[in-house]
Amino acid sequence: MKHRSLFLKLLSALIVFGAWEIAGRIPVSYAFPTFLEAMQALLAMTLDGTIFVAYGETLKPLVVGVAISAVFGIGLGLWIGLSERFDWLFSPVFIVMQAAPLAALIPLLVMAYGIGLTSKVFVVCIMAMPVIVLNTSGAVRNTPSSMKEMATSFLASDRDVILKIIIPAASPVIFSGLRLGISAGFIGAILAELKITPTGVGDIITYSRSIADYPSMYAAIFSIIALAVIFLNVLERVENFLFAGNNRGYASD
Amino acid sequence: MHQTNRSFDHLQEIVPPSAVSVRNVSKRYNDVEALRDLSLEFPRGQLTSLLGPSGCGKTTLLKIIAGLIKANSGDVEVNGVKVEGPGPDRAFVFQDFALLPWANVLRNVAFGLELRGVAKSEREAIAEKYIRNVGLTGFERSYPHELSGGMRQRVGLARALAVDAQVLLLDEPFSAVDEQNRRKFQEDMLALVQNEKKTFIFVTHSIEEAVYVSDQIAVLLPRPSRVSEVIRPTSFRNKDAVNIRRDPEYLDIIDRIWASLRNYVE
Amino acid sequence: MTVFGLRLPGMSSLILWALLWEVVGRSGLTFFIPPISEVFLTLFGIIGTPAFTKALTETGYAFIGGVAASIVIGIPVGILIGKNRLLDEMILPWVNIFLSAPLTALVPVLMVLFGFGMTSIVITTTLFAIWIIILNTRAGVMQINRSMVEMARSFGAKPLEAFFKIYFWAALPEILGGVRIGVIRAVKGVIIGQLLISIVGFGALFELYSSNFLMSHFWAVLIVLFGMAFSISEFLAYLERRVAYYAAKR
Repeated sequence: MKHRSLFLKLLSALIVFGAWEIAGRIPVSYAFPTFLEAMQALLAMTLDGTIFVAYGETLKPLVVGVAISAVFGIGLGLWIGLSERFDWLFSPVFIVMQAAPLAALIPLLVMAYGIGLTSKVFVVCIMAMPVIVLNTSGAVRNTPSSMKEMATSFLASDRDVILKIIIPAASPVIFSGLRLGISAGFIGAILAELKITPTGVGDIITYSRSIADYPSMYAAIFSIIALAVIFLNVLERVENFLFAGNNRGYASD
Repeated sequence: MHQTNRSFDHLQEIVPPSAVSVRNVSKRYNDVEALRDLSLEFPRGQLTSLLGPSGCGKTTLLKIIAGLIKANSGDVEVNGVKVEGPGPDRAFVFQDFALLPWANVLRNVAFGLELRGVAKSEREAIAEKYIRNVGLTGFERSYPHELSGGMRQRVGLARALAVDAQVLLLDEPFSAVDEQNRRKFQEDMLALVQNEKKTFIFVTHSIEEAVYVSDQIAVLLPRPSRVSEVIRPTSFRNKDAVNIRRDPEYLDIIDRIWASLRNYVE
Repeated sequence: MTVFGLRLPGMSSLILWALLWEVVGRSGLTFFIPPISEVFLTLFGIIGTPAFTKALTETGYAFIGGVAASIVIGIPVGILIGKNRLLDEMILPWVNIFLSAPLTALVPVLMVLFGFGMTSIVITTTLFAIWIIILNTRAGVMQINRSMVEMARSFGAKPLEAFFKIYFWAALPEILGGVRIGVIRAVKGVIIGQLLISIVGFGALFELYSSNFLMSHFWAVLIVLFGMAFSISEFLAYLERRVAYYAAKR
């Protein structure tokens, strides 16, 4: 049964990449290289090291931005979840942010902070923060009251309730909020590189498009998507491993 | 024990002809043998219970009769016609009611007829009659989530009655209903069997319930699944609903079934 | 929250934030934040202008096109993979990949393939919205109670009839949830597409205002955009609540 699933995954990958190859060979567009050409370009970039330099550049704002969002987002989320007053004050802001196309703020950020790293970190932060805050506060608020009552009945202090009941109970949802935040952060990081200044992978994409080196362009896009997907998948596995049996399934986006 | 057995023997009665015949039915799920070479007759116009511990295949047998599951071998005949799939001659009552939560009671009861293409006014007239029969008058416009468990199962029962099938298949219909409602239901079942002239096949795990409502009780045992005995209560069947539970034969049969089942309860 | 025994409505704190904004704007602390009163005045000023109407229609067109495509394609695909195990195993991995992939990276490809116009933006919007709709529809179809399926069969429902009378409705809460999240994503997608392609819709407008340092114009458009996005998502949440009464009781 396990083999069947793997086999079908490989088969479907083969079909999709095969279709790409065929579409490239027809070709459907002068700007549509074949799968193999793109992979060759990716290999070339890997061998001469350009791709690693580019990722070093791209991941900088992502890592910094996600770290800031995680610290502030979880902190704020805990606070909102625990205090009714802060819930009233801050939740609406993040609910609106979650629904709103925050990418529209980018031109403003560029004006305010220039085209450097600061703006890019900001872009990552505004994309990643809302989901982290909302997941954390929601998880804290939804801690089963029977568990809290149990702790109180065994004479737990408020501090004990927070540290020993609420945070452990909320951690699976907080973690998945973090994962969704990183996913949004990837979107922000790439958006920043394409919109603000082409650096890193964004630079490869923009530059190879301008000189019509389409295989390289597709290779760069393929690699960043693959990287994001693999990384998020690993995170999900870690999540399932860490919180096995504790998964309360909390849909949020 | 011997005494009760003898008391059954001398009271031979005439069993009506079968409405449903199950012949040598076997069913396997991968490695698990759910039913092995099982044969059973269901007399017309009577209520037969399939009783047994969990895992004895009673629900599997019911779903094979319904045509929802295919047997690996053997035949099921309903009124002499071989079962190939679900058909209009059988109607099913589900353990979890299986009502449409987005439809009101009237539409739910009429739903079987709706699927048969009966015109709206006609099917609603029929549905209203059965809503009245099961005692839900006034709830036609209510939605399932507004009803109690017992009332929801009355809707499920009315839906099955409305399609006027000769055979009613009930899969633990009262197990999700609270105790007092269940008792009321059981009493109503007796009247229903009397009035409706249909063949009822009733799956249950409650010994008392089976003995109370049945004309015939088939005790099924697991590993391998088989019919261990078929019991036909005689003395209390024509008694008043409230006096059955005091009848010595009723109590004897309950003891006798429990004696044979208790070894199979983990 | 309750103050002096008076229950404050859910979103009322936004008024407090608007006041704070006004104070910061009036203090002249930063050029980038004009007072909110000024922003609203500008808002009423530009709302009827041709540039704004054009941006709004273009965005609306791309948004509706993208959402319509995602719904029309997404729901049937979701139902199909929810019902067919083989297709599910072949297609689901891709749905998950595209759900978490940074789709922004695909916009340059769309630009070279479909040009710098509406087509690319519609496709971007579709790509943002469709995956969650597929995934949720699939989940909705898969959670349909077994006895519901057996009920349909035992009463002799034909496949198409069973689909329209039972499966669709039984999966509706999840489908609506998927559409709501998909629509929120589509709003983001349409703006990201316009920012990167930047010669149509609000993308062009933002470019124009920011290069001319028209701060209150910029914020006015942002507020309109945020307000619309929020209203759409709340409206869909309302629809979802209307079917919630049976979501828990299937």
